[in-house]
Amino acid sequence: MTAENGGAAPTGLRTWNASAFVREYRLQISILGILVILYTVFLVGNPLVFMHFQIYQSFMTTMPFFGIMALAATYVITLGEIDLSFPSIVGISAWVFGTVFVTTGSFGLAIVGCLSVGLVTGLINGLIITRIGVPSIVATIGTMFLWRGLVNVMSQGKGIALVALRDSPLYDVFVGRLFGVIPVQFVWFVALAVGFAFVYRRHRYGSHLLYVGDNQESARMMGINVERVKIIAFMQMGFFAALAGIFTTSEVTYFWPTQGDGMLLTTLAAVFIGGTSVFGGAGTIFGTFIGVVIIGSLEAGIIAIGLTGFWVRFLNGLLITVAVSVYAFMLKRGR
Amino acid sequence: MSDPTLLIMKGITKSFGKMQVLRGVDLEVNYGEIVALVGDNGAGKSTLIKIITGVHRPNDGEIWYKGEKITLHSVRQSRQLGIETVYQERALADLQEMWRNVFAGREITNALGFMDVAAQRRETERLLREHMGFTSTAITADSPVKVLSGGEKQGVAIGRALYFHADLIILDEPTMGLAIRETDRVLNFVRGFRDQGKAAIFIDHNIFHVYDVADRFVILDRGRVAAQFAKSEITQDELIATMVQLHHTGTLQ
Ligand SMILES: Nc1ncnc2c1ncn2[C@@H]1O[C@H](COP(=O)(O)OP(=O)(O)OP(=O)(O)O)[C@@H](O)[C@H]1O
Ligand SMILES: [Mg+2]
Repeated sequence: MTAENGGAAPTGLRTWNASAFVREYRLQISILGILVILYTVFLVGNPLVFMHFQIYQSFMTTMPFFGIMALAATYVITLGEIDLSFPSIVGISAWVFGTVFVTTGSFGLAIVGCLSVGLVTGLINGLIITRIGVPSIVATIGTMFLWRGLVNVMSQGKGIALVALRDSPLYDVFVGRLFGVIPVQFVWFVALAVGFAFVYRRHRYGSHLLYVGDNQESARMMGINVERVKIIAFMQMGFFAALAGIFTTSEVTYFWPTQGDGMLLTTLAAVFIGGTSVFGGAGTIFGTFIGVVIIGSLEAGIIAIGLTGFWVRFLNGLLITVAVSVYAFMLKRGR
Repeated sequence: MSDPTLLIMKGITKSFGKMQVLRGVDLEVNYGEIVALVGDNGAGKSTLIKIITGVHRPNDGEIWYKGEKITLHSVRQSRQLGIETVYQERALADLQEMWRNVFAGREITNALGFMDVAAQRRETERLLREHMGFTSTAITADSPVKVLSGGEKQGVAIGRALYFHADLIILDEPTMGLAIRETDRVLNFVRGFRDQGKAAIFIDHNIFHVYDVADRFVILDRGRVAAQFAKSEITQDELIATMVQLHHTGTLQ
């Protein structure tokens, strides 16, 4: 009798823990599942390409460009807000980066100028949204056109050649190759993801993001400075869009006026595939990271397994639609 | 603490746009006293307490707290002064864990602002078992608030106010939607504040509850204090009759 109980209890406890774990992390498990399925298809479809490091090296080169912005966008979306202007912030800050570098020859000054532009443009978004009260989706449509238009006016539609960036020691800090093989920007991306995850789950600010995104009125009554939380979220979005601008410009040593265009949907898709709720108040940085890996390898993978480029958009769309439907379904059942 | 008065409000007015909600309200709260704020829907009770808690700023009037004249700028400031509130709207975030709700806006952090999540969990767990009367093991500090019943949610809102050792606790319709047993628990909480020498402002539409726990009754009517009575001055039936008369005739004469 006692022996039986002694044997049964731990098993019961273990299965309870396992199911609780699955329930708690069901979103993360689902997204990891999607990634595993995707890579199984790639590996079976074209083992030659996917068994070699080269394709991963190319992924690691390009993923951080939008991946860094996806991390920052996760904060904004957790608030229940949206930013559509960050691709244009990439453009305007990269233009400042290129222009400052050409006029002063200093990589360092170019960085300072670029990141400051990111902070200021983010601040402007934040102020329009919190002080004037324009909904973020509308406000950032406005600034999206505004900054892109300004880039076009300032650059007169012309690019800036920046080959001399390579001579600066800072070049290797951003886009060098660690041990000659690993793109340094990927190291940055991973380190930033860890930092973002820590702040999200462990820092007071992350907690305020979740609380405000969940119930703004409650947050206010609990003494959380809702406006400040929002302004900081838009400022960090601008800052990291500018940082992404430094990475893209340095990688190709060229500024072009449409820089950042086309990154909007991939970035947001990564966040939503990652399970962050569009209603706010829930999300994970882990999910966004995997979302970036999925979106970042989809195009090359689809072509490598022998489908034409025409399939890329279609499969991209299919993946996003299925993923967000599954999450919405889970949330509904969880209530 | 020779001065028995904890809070004095003088001539408080408040308008939202063109609508004047408070028209010169005077209110006093002493240490060890439970003051009931009663009055019709829309009388301005919640608005008045939101001025004490720093959610709204008054257009005019003075507030004295612990013998000093103060200007309340924010909820954070009033909480630092030892004023805790259980809002009519509960002020919880449903998707978030219990511990995040308890410590919202006042997280336990280190100098860099990183939270001690383990401590927040532990304290929440203790609060759950010792003060909120949670016995079910299915509900932990990690449970999201959305799984709780109405009474349990109110327990969290009250437990949160208790945790931070307030001198003045404000409860806006804390028994709304609660069954008898939960209501009793809430009323016992309120009596407990008085026994500790602290003060409470208690808003409730149920005159039986109000008469049961409060020491003094302040009747608010369309933004003004229509009358106030100490418990010794008035019976429960007289209090009800007074309020009915006010409701029908708009005057006490
Ligand atoms: N933020 C606000 N903006 C505009 N009007 C408001 C606001 N808050 C309250 N009011 C108005 O002020 C009046 C008083 O509201 P209040 O919530 O203080 O009443 P109350 O006495 O608490 O009523 P109840 O018993 O129904 O809770 C109401 O007419 C309400 O519509
Ligand atoms: Mg009210």
